[in-house]
Amino acid sequence: MTTLHTVAATGALKLSWLLLAFPLFGAVVLLVGGRRTNRWGHLLGVAMPVAAFGYGLIAFFALLGDANRSQDQHLYSWIPVAGFQVNMNLLVDQLSICFVLLITGVGSLIIIYSAGYMSHDRDRRRFFGYMNLFLAAMLLLVLGDNYLVLYVGWEGVGLASYLLIGFWQYKNSAAVAAKKAFIVNRVGDAGLTLAIFLMFTEFGTVSFTGVFGTVGSAGSGVATALGLLLLLGACGKSAQVPLQSWLLDAMEGPTPVSALIHAATMVTAGVYLLVRSNPILALSPDARLAVVLVGTVTLLFGGIIACAKDDIKKSLAGSTMSQIGYMTLGAGLGPAGYVFAIALLLAHGFFKAGLFLGAGSVMHGMNDEVNMRRYGGLARVMPITSVTFGLAYLAIIGIPPFSGFFTKDPIIGADFSEHGAAGKVLGTCALIGAGITAFYMTRMMFMTWYGKRRWEPEAHPHESPPVMTWPMIVLAIGSVGAGAFLILNDRLEKFLAPVVGVPPTSEGVFSTAGLVALAFALAGVALAWVMYGRVPVPSEAPRGSLLTVASRKDLYGDAFNESVLMRPGQWLTRLSVFFDNRGVDGLVNTLAAAVGGTSGRVRKLQTGFVRSYALSMFFGAAVLVALLLVVRL
Amino acid sequence: MSHILAAAPSGTNTDSIAVATIFWILAFISVGAALAMILVRRAVHCAIMLAVVMLCLATMYAMQGAPFLAFVQIIVYTGAVLMLFLFVIMLIGISSSDSVVETIKGQRAAAGLAAIGLFVILILAIGHAAIGPAARTTAANNVDNLTGLARLIFTTYVFPFEVTGALLITAAVGGMVLAHRERTTPKPTQRDLAARRLASGQLAPDPSPGVYALHDAADRPALLPDGSTSELSVSQTLAPRDPNEETPPVRPELPAPAATEAES
Amino acid sequence: MSPIHYVALSVILFVIGGVGVLVRRNAIVVFMCIELMLNACNLAFVAFARMHGNLDGQVIAFFVMVVAAAEVVVGLAILMAIFRARRSASVDDANLLKY
Repeated sequence: MTTLHTVAATGALKLSWLLLAFPLFGAVVLLVGGRRTNRWGHLLGVAMPVAAFGYGLIAFFALLGDANRSQDQHLYSWIPVAGFQVNMNLLVDQLSICFVLLITGVGSLIIIYSAGYMSHDRDRRRFFGYMNLFLAAMLLLVLGDNYLVLYVGWEGVGLASYLLIGFWQYKNSAAVAAKKAFIVNRVGDAGLTLAIFLMFTEFGTVSFTGVFGTVGSAGSGVATALGLLLLLGACGKSAQVPLQSWLLDAMEGPTPVSALIHAATMVTAGVYLLVRSNPILALSPDARLAVVLVGTVTLLFGGIIACAKDDIKKSLAGSTMSQIGYMTLGAGLGPAGYVFAIALLLAHGFFKAGLFLGAGSVMHGMNDEVNMRRYGGLARVMPITSVTFGLAYLAIIGIPPFSGFFTKDPIIGADFSEHGAAGKVLGTCALIGAGITAFYMTRMMFMTWYGKRRWEPEAHPHESPPVMTWPMIVLAIGSVGAGAFLILNDRLEKFLAPVVGVPPTSEGVFSTAGLVALAFALAGVALAWVMYGRVPVPSEAPRGSLLTVASRKDLYGDAFNESVLMRPGQWLTRLSVFFDNRGVDGLVNTLAAAVGGTSGRVRKLQTGFVRSYALSMFFGAAVLVALLLVVRL
Repeated sequence: MSHILAAAPSGTNTDSIAVATIFWILAFISVGAALAMILVRRAVHCAIMLAVVMLCLATMYAMQGAPFLAFVQIIVYTGAVLMLFLFVIMLIGISSSDSVVETIKGQRAAAGLAAIGLFVILILAIGHAAIGPAARTTAANNVDNLTGLARLIFTTYVFPFEVTGALLITAAVGGMVLAHRERTTPKPTQRDLAARRLASGQLAPDPSPGVYALHDAADRPALLPDGSTSELSVSQTLAPRDPNEETPPVRPELPAPAATEAES
Repeated sequence: MSPIHYVALSVILFVIGGVGVLVRRNAIVVFMCIELMLNACNLAFVAFARMHGNLDGQVIAFFVMVVAAAEVVVGLAILMAIFRARRSASVDDANLLKY
């Protein structure tokens, strides 16, 4: 089990708040400045993440040069209450610096790309403002040194995601998708919130050092509860089953948003949370089992959905869901899997962003058409995009020597090294998942780049401008080399060991599991070639098998949510309204009616005749005398 | 009777048989008059009945050794207050009377019930109360009624006396204010009246009834110089009679008046 | 006669006067019934004065008479004013203060 020992930041790392300040400054200026900043807004919006990346590199090299690789920078005392101290501190250690580089690096590339992609959009400045806001929040998430600061970043990325998915507010589908994403995330956030509450009640602190130091003495029940709650939070943010329904709808947002948020960074926040909380998970085998199950189910779930989608972005979204399933699976395996989960996360950032940017480039050239059945034969028309897309494709399906092979196969290998039947089952599922991944990605390749042209009459596909192609080229380089760079010589393993522990066994890259996985992948490629490469792709989607129909409907995820959660919720609401109207209002109205009715009757006593009044006076006098008599008696 | 009226202030009456007789007679008369008062229709009759009750009560005051009060009752109450009532009846309408039908449902029954109830309760009350016999005379009370009353009014009860005086003044002023009628038109001066008379064409005053006629009964109209009758000479409340009509004989057995008398 | 007889007579007259107030519709007659009630009270006061042996009851009866006179003045003046405006002396005609 690892513990977290931090020292106060020194040297260049004392300026780690710059990482937050750059994008936050950009966001504030662009959003508060409004239309006045329209002309140069995109330049500021690009400059800030690049500046942050620059500082990120400086911080990385400073960290490498320092013996103390866990440096805590105290910014200010946020909640100085007796019994509950929370400081706004930034923790730069091995794990967070990996994420910082990924977020700022890939983020900068994507933002440079979006300067070209969104060049015709009227609200471009607002887009950059939101993107910078997102970057600031994501950096806060990974740099916080306690769970509460992490939570601030967590909510911030949720907000930015909502704003960006619904960027084209006038589209009803976008607005609905943004709401859906936010609400489903909220369910997950409830889990994280409860975990923080539990930490406070049990440990009195929410900082990483405090929690990880005392969790050992708390007992396995608390650790299991914490682990499960954190898993719930991670499911929401990373679109794992059961909170996966929002990710495919989130493709309503602009493509750079899908690339940055819903492929490379935000959806990996859940994995970050789990990996960061590894001391908690280490104490609870049940929580780890839950994590592993969630990951396995999701990787198959996402893969099956991706196989039947004709929308290129939705297919990639299903792929993201599936890959993050792999990462979650790795995170659930304990020290054996943490490193590979992070490695896959970093490599996935490159190749998935590359795939999404390529899809965006295709859409840009094809008049925002997303239906792959309208593509075909684009490789000759958009050469650069097809090459970068192809490299990312090879990476994702795990062909050596590209990234995916080095990062995904160790996870499969770690599955098999798990004890007992569980290991065999998990490993088999992961292998099948690898095959499915290869299948749908090859399908996507054939449908988009090769074969006959099935374009719409008014489509004039063209290569994208350099501002869009250069980021894709850089990402393609990353897709090619990142995996080997990280895994060979155990570079990442040694780097992250103080934070996540050391994997017990290390089989080397060309293990049995790796080769079997490669075989599965090639089988998937072959199947896709048979179905989509050899025969022409129909322009209209055929009816398909039962599984195809189910996959097109997201494997009934939405239907399940609606029938199990939404309808009972609506019935509950209706019942409450009924009770309020009949019960509460009825009571009040009955009271009012009673008073009204009584006064209506009583007022008939006022007949206006003096003699009636005189009669009542007479009666009153008689009663008085009688009472006096009674009293005297 | 005089020794009853001049009885000692404490009221120890010696001749109780006579007093008892008078009491019972007066009691029945007063109760009867009271009942009649609430049952008769015309307001004037009610006033007469009330006068009877007040006179009976005056006598009873006298019987109880309150001669001053008895005379005040007759002079002030019956003589002034009741006459005031009669004046108002005259002004408002001597013939105004209630109809027998009761307009408010159940009023009579309720009134009867309330009356019986109150009567029973009060009788019970005075039955329970310690109303003893008349007190004996003492030396301190051995002054005559008027002096004793005067002594009390101007010493013990001087403040109520003053207040009551103020009340009377207020009532008098109030009565005056309430009965005052504002003129809506300016008061006609002598000149205005003369001008009116000139304009109407009738300068001489109206003839009194029977002028130039053979008869001067109040209901016979006067004759104008040209021989026509003047309707103005007969009061509106009387029906004018035909001036040429022969009066029927008062007693048929008497001879009819001479024809020459009728024509002159 | 002992005072109790006078008091009993006073009670009878009072009740009769009360019934008259409730039953009669002519305002003047109602007033007169009220006068009857006041007279009955006077009789009771005088009887009690005789019972106690002092003159307080008579003084009070005297004051009652004075007040009754003042009341009659004002009441009849009001009645006249109402009669002038409405041409009716019935108490039932003043029935506008109703529901």
